[in-house]
Amino acid sequence: MNKRLLSGIHLLQGDEACAEGAMAAGCDLFAGYPITPATEVSERLSWRLFDVGGIFVQGADELDSLTIVIGAACGGWKAMTATSGNGICLMQECIGYAAITETPCVIVDVQRAGPGTGVATKTMQGDVYQVRYGSNADYSIIALVPDSPQEMFDLTLEAFNLSEIYRVPTFILADEIVGHMREKVVIPEKVSVVERRKPKVPPKDFIPFKVNSDTDVPPMPAFGEGYRMPVSGLTHTETGSPSTSYEVQKALVERLCNKVEKKVDDLTRIETAFMEDAEVLVLSYGSTARAARRAVIRARKDGIKAGYLRLITLWPFPDPYLKRVVSEGPRAIIVPEMNVGKMVREVERAVGGKAEVISFPKPGVELHRPDEIYNLIRRVR
Amino acid sequence: MKLVHPLMKYVRPGAISTATCTGCGDGIIAQAVLRAIDELELNIDDFVFVSGIGCAGWIPSPFFNADTLHTTHGRPIAFATGVKLARPDREVVVISGDGDLAAIGGNHLIHAARRNIGMTVICANNGIYGMTGGQVAPTTPLGLKTTTTPYGNVERAFDLCALTDAAGASYVARWTTYHARGLTRSVKKALTKRGFSFIEVISQCPLQYGRRTGVGNAVAMMKGYKENSLSVKKAASLSEEELKNKIIVGELVDKDMPELTEQIEKLRRIHE
Ligand SMILES: Cc1ncc(C[n+]2csc(CCOP(=O)(O)OP(=O)(O)O)c2C)c(N)n1
Ligand code: SF4
Ligand SMILES: [Mg+2]
Repeated sequence: MNKRLLSGIHLLQGDEACAEGAMAAGCDLFAGYPITPATEVSERLSWRLFDVGGIFVQGADELDSLTIVIGAACGGWKAMTATSGNGICLMQECIGYAAITETPCVIVDVQRAGPGTGVATKTMQGDVYQVRYGSNADYSIIALVPDSPQEMFDLTLEAFNLSEIYRVPTFILADEIVGHMREKVVIPEKVSVVERRKPKVPPKDFIPFKVNSDTDVPPMPAFGEGYRMPVSGLTHTETGSPSTSYEVQKALVERLCNKVEKKVDDLTRIETAFMEDAEVLVLSYGSTARAARRAVIRARKDGIKAGYLRLITLWPFPDPYLKRVVSEGPRAIIVPEMNVGKMVREVERAVGGKAEVISFPKPGVELHRPDEIYNLIRRVR
Repeated sequence: MKLVHPLMKYVRPGAISTATCTGCGDGIIAQAVLRAIDELELNIDDFVFVSGIGCAGWIPSPFFNADTLHTTHGRPIAFATGVKLARPDREVVVISGDGDLAAIGGNHLIHAARRNIGMTVICANNGIYGMTGGQVAPTTPLGLKTTTTPYGNVERAFDLCALTDAAGASYVARWTTYHARGLTRSVKKALTKRGFSFIEVISQCPLQYGRRTGVGNAVAMMKGYKENSLSVKKAASLSEEELKNKIIVGELVDKDMPELTEQIEKLRRIHE
């Protein structure tokens, strides 16, 4: 199998589909450290990448792994790592480093139950803030949440593309259920792949971080292309020189955030059903959405005006979209999630009191059952 | 006639003021590296310089007019590993401090030596955390009073050369900043080696080490290096007792072993 794109219909585990998404996107290097439930991503890429001339490295730990990924990306490659929440803990400093140096990279978090070692083989959606806010100070990232092996493929490919376009660390926020389940995965004949934008001017005219607006993303030459790139995690000017000035700090931090946050509408990916006349909305993400979907379908069969909304882009959080949705009339929004109730706060903030927001948390290990969500719909309608 | 330092051509325009204190050993290390490149007539555009956080991290970044990667504390070798894997044709040189490479980054150091990945790591070992104000490091001599060992250091210092040798490095050398010529020679050698090279440079931090511990200023510290160092050859005939508190300088390891990126290519050819 020395093809990058395995076009056809397959029966794949989510983690394997994720690996194939990376292959389709043109991933050159993968570095990772074994951890349940993400290990299968590593195992598959260890031979898939090798067979097409890419490189697989098993890092000395997760920190080593993400660091190697960033180094390779500076060398001009597309690179990815995959882990679970414990590994994300170790990666946090380098996530901020990738953000401030604007180095494209894809980080897969196949979430498991925690905190601590938790339950390695069971699911949870506990890392939603960890991937967004885990590194020190202010920056933005993109996080996409798959609900099936098919989306593990689709979204991993998309994560690479977005990471290149916006030059930000981009997360696949999967969970044990999606990572380990096996389903039909269709890999198309052709996929659209975004390549890194390189400078159009010769090195002598190139200013590494020069932008025209606070949402601009500068082109990125690789090491060895003659641009003498000064890459640094220090606050830097547009030439890459370290600076301690307030103006430089302000311009940099604002742009690191705005280049993602102000593009929220472009980045919003949502799946909906039965929205037109919905009075009670179930808003979910990831594997929880599979139960939510069944619950809403059953409610509709019973004549209840229930709607289904699944967030595929978790970060940047789709505030503008949700504001539009609540202006169209649902009275209540039920938010089932496998954590203490985290994203529900974002929903509350976005809808600003225009609808009642009801949290339905479960702390991991056990999924929400469709009947539990259905019963809640009945109660609040 | 305007006099220009012969190595100025390697300095990034607009980056002339360095971050180091007067008398710091880091300047000698910077010159040794650039002089080695100059004498070998290598093209600086073929290099990627990677450094960590600490005073020594500022040796190449942003001053060397080349591709520079100023990383997080402790991680330059791991970043450099990524760079080397993506760009095996590049000369990858890591320059960083003893705390950076041996404390927080110790694991990366031993694994890079074990992998025998083609890069040169130069450790500016001042035996202290210079940047953060003179705290104890894993390289601080036993008994020394630092800002975090007010009653004296009770831990033994790492022998970084023995460590990297044991971990599998292809080339290991130790010098002090007094031995600028020997150091330059070793950098040249390291740059021509295929595998993992490690050079320890015992270096003065007159501010946080010399002044605080009473060892003296930069000149006094370098005099000490001169008086206390012995060549590898001389040291070979001395007893452990006689070698106590001595600095053994010179080449400690020089062997040829399969380099990582070449091994990957070889494996690829077998499977084609
Ligand atoms: C994760 C992290 N921990 C701590 C620090 C603070 N810090 C900056 S430099 C440094 C020590 C540097 O010592 P060394 O590597 O020996 O370099 P020197 O300044 O002596 O050249 C420390 C602890 C940091 N920047 N990042
Ligand atoms: S604090 Fe010490 S190591 Fe740092 S620049 Fe000053 S003299 Fe050099
Ligand atoms: Mg030091």
